[in-house]
Amino acid sequence: MTTPRDSAELARLNQLRPPTWCNPTPAVIYDFLILGGGTTGIVAAHAAAALGGKVALIERHLLGGNCLNIGCIPSKALIRTSRLYAEMRDAERFGAQSPADIQVDFAATMQRMRNIRARLSRTSSAHELVAAGVHVFFGDAHFIGADALLLDGTIVRFRKALIATGAHPDIPVIDGLAAADYFTNANVFDLTELPRRLLVIGGGPLGCEMAQAFARLGARTTIVQNWPLFLPREERDAAQLLSEAFARDGIEVRLNTEVASVRVESGVKHVQLVSDDYHSTLAVDAILTGTGRVPTVDGLDLKAAGVNFDPVRGVHVNDFLRTSNRKIYAAGDVCLEYKFNDLADATAEMAVHNALRFGRRRLSSLTIPWCTYTDPEVAHVGLYVRQARERGIPVQTFTVLMQDVDRAVADSEETGFVKIHVRDGSDRILGATIVARHAGEMIGEITLAMVAGVGLRTLSRVLHPYPTQAQAITMAAAACRRSSRNREA
Amino acid sequence: MRDAVSAQMNDSDLLDHLQHAAFSYFLKTFNPANGLIADTSRENAPCSIAVVGFALSVYPIAVERGWMARADAVERSLAALRFFRHSDQSGEPRASGYKGFYFHFLDMHSGVRVWNSELSMIDTALLLAGALTSGSYFAANTNEEIELRELVDVLYRRVEWCWAQAGKSTLRQGWKPECGFLNYGWDGYNEGIVLYLLALASPTHPIGSGQYEAWTATYQWENLYDIDFLYAGPLFVHQFSHAWVDFRGIRDRFMREKRSDYFENSRRATEVQREYARRNPHGLRGYDEDCWGLTACDGPSQLLPEGAGERRDLSGYAARGVPYGPDDGTLSGWAAVASLPFAPEIALRAVRSMRERYPEMLTSDQYASGFNPSMGATDRAAWVSEGHFGLDQGIVVMMIENHRSGMIWRLLREAPVLRRGLRRAGFRGGWLERVSISTSHPLSDRDPAR
Repeated sequence: MTTPRDSAELARLNQLRPPTWCNPTPAVIYDFLILGGGTTGIVAAHAAAALGGKVALIERHLLGGNCLNIGCIPSKALIRTSRLYAEMRDAERFGAQSPADIQVDFAATMQRMRNIRARLSRTSSAHELVAAGVHVFFGDAHFIGADALLLDGTIVRFRKALIATGAHPDIPVIDGLAAADYFTNANVFDLTELPRRLLVIGGGPLGCEMAQAFARLGARTTIVQNWPLFLPREERDAAQLLSEAFARDGIEVRLNTEVASVRVESGVKHVQLVSDDYHSTLAVDAILTGTGRVPTVDGLDLKAAGVNFDPVRGVHVNDFLRTSNRKIYAAGDVCLEYKFNDLADATAEMAVHNALRFGRRRLSSLTIPWCTYTDPEVAHVGLYVRQARERGIPVQTFTVLMQDVDRAVADSEETGFVKIHVRDGSDRILGATIVARHAGEMIGEITLAMVAGVGLRTLSRVLHPYPTQAQAITMAAAACRRSSRNREA
Repeated sequence: MRDAVSAQMNDSDLLDHLQHAAFSYFLKTFNPANGLIADTSRENAPCSIAVVGFALSVYPIAVERGWMARADAVERSLAALRFFRHSDQSGEPRASGYKGFYFHFLDMHSGVRVWNSELSMIDTALLLAGALTSGSYFAANTNEEIELRELVDVLYRRVEWCWAQAGKSTLRQGWKPECGFLNYGWDGYNEGIVLYLLALASPTHPIGSGQYEAWTATYQWENLYDIDFLYAGPLFVHQFSHAWVDFRGIRDRFMREKRSDYFENSRRATEVQREYARRNPHGLRGYDEDCWGLTACDGPSQLLPEGAGERRDLSGYAARGVPYGPDDGTLSGWAAVASLPFAPEIALRAVRSMRERYPEMLTSDQYASGFNPSMGATDRAAWVSEGHFGLDQGIVVMMIENHRSGMIWRLLREAPVLRRGLRRAGFRGGWLERVSISTSHPLSDRDPAR
């Protein structure tokens, strides 16, 4: 199992780590040096270069990072194809006929994913960075002091630096797992054959997305989650709807269950599961761990630079993204609790601004939306009710069910809801959760309102083309307006 | 008209009829040797400790209604309380309890744990709520009633409520000797409010008021269908604690903030149920404004036949809820009855309507746990759950009584344990502030809190 070195793969690698690449001669000192060439590093490099001065970027492996290579992009490509197969099987619900014989072409699915990944790699290419005036280095680097690091034996000095080394898959400690040839998001997109029976360990966003995608592509999938609900951070109702959606997709759901051990016999992986006092064994052909990602801080010798860190939180930063070394900043997955691509972008820009323009932009000022791309999608922005209540903020939630939204009914996409949380007695939006087929697209409007300080009642005056699923937001806003009126009356 | 007899009854007669029929469950499934009551009327059903709690609560009603002699009620109550007093509390897999809590299901004869069931915090609380009801009612200075009150006191005092926190901010749902505490907490509004009140009031092993606040921090106050309410999907959540606690006009911090109370909230939750059924988003058979009741109940669990032309998950015994589901078309007639105190008009209309349309949901005038009009067999309009469940019969007897006379509420308003628990939970106002306590006849309609 290795990714075929086809033209798409060659094109991607050519963009992200050209085979004939020669590192430039390092400058005497760089105004801004970036460690890590993922999303954060690339955005920061372009932003810093645009300000003038000498900028360098060092990447250990491939440019583009998790998102492009082994994260958001390949997973969304797979999810799209899997959704198509699910709809084909479910055609009768749409008043159509299912094709007589639905055969999943897994090779074609993966080829499409590779083509998409290659196409999108252009904007992360080494040549684009060079064209922007960035010195791009490939190789291993570690700090040797407060303002210098060693890159493959060469000392590179900097005035300011940014740690943007991202994160890597978290591997759960399970007896026998290491010997079982498991997958993570780092290598699952190299698959050339669909596993017949797949176990996904972890019911967070990554595990949920991949479990559903592989199930819809035809793998007999079991998902094991050690918590009683999926997506433990999200609203309980969202998790409940997701459980039901998984059941409809034929996924075997094992909540509140731990994987105790794995044993391989004749190529089959026998997995011992424990749920409270109930023990069972599951035989699968492949195991995918999707328990999250941990910051990449190994091998950087951060102590030598006086940068505080720990293996769980990663690099410690203050609200301005500055580390314990005043010259060094960090951004993206290596230092953030929320490991999202959009946040990586935003913090990259923020770190550059704060480091090079003596800026005072604060991490805490960001309004952060996110989405889990299951079907239905689960998107959130701002505070959860529990968080608001723990802070002593009274909360009122306006809920609209997608089954009451005309377009969702017309689309037969009625599973889900829009919940918008406001400060009780006002229309100030504190946060929102949307569960819907296109929740990720819909959450943007709420995010905009929050960033712009637009109250929920005002959103009721925003016309949406009829019929659209986003009308659920207007309906929630109208309910808020009616509630305020009743309260005043 | 499929149920002409009940259609001709006036409301009072109809409710008396239903209440008496539901009470008879506790006579049929009673083991005189130990006072235990079966979980269901099905063959070889074990005892559910919560159903015993309901039994202890309905005996006083039966005495007042003239369905049972006081001495008989005392004897039955004593049998159960003595059993629990002397039951094996070692926490071993074949014991009856641990730390003052009891396993959810016990063998009807030996009283030991069955079905590998969990040590259940909420079911222990329902058992003790019944015990406290019994202790409040049987207040005579006879040897039997004195013993009864002493047993109630012993059982309540020995519960180590704080142990059930397991170091967390809220109470755990259960514990098993094989694996310790279960991984389930009590997030969101649920039937556990009575559990918190009893745990807070304990003179021996109380939890702190911070635990109650931590629990209420998980509440969701939602505006749904233009109705503002404290959300919980299944209807029983809005009913079970209310069977014992008169929440009218008393408010904790959360309800003061929302300018509501838990009683009013249950009224609104009833309206949400009705509105959901009226909208009937899944187009399920039978649902309308007079046919609703999504709650924890038994439903069909077999797969839909091939070629049924629809894809629907059948949930078996499950907590069905509004509006997020699960909803497989199964409703509970008893759930509408149990909403009578909160929303009498719409509940009574639903009670009558469902009875008329689906009389098969009642056998011997006792409600089946669930019925499903979408899954009706050829000879019936609806699929009907087999036999009867004790919890359902208990809540029917109690809520009809609370609707008719407020008897159970009045008994418990006078219970120091409950008053202390409510105060420690931060409840203020209403009857809780009144110093003088009613001593009127239990079935008096002159309920001072009304």
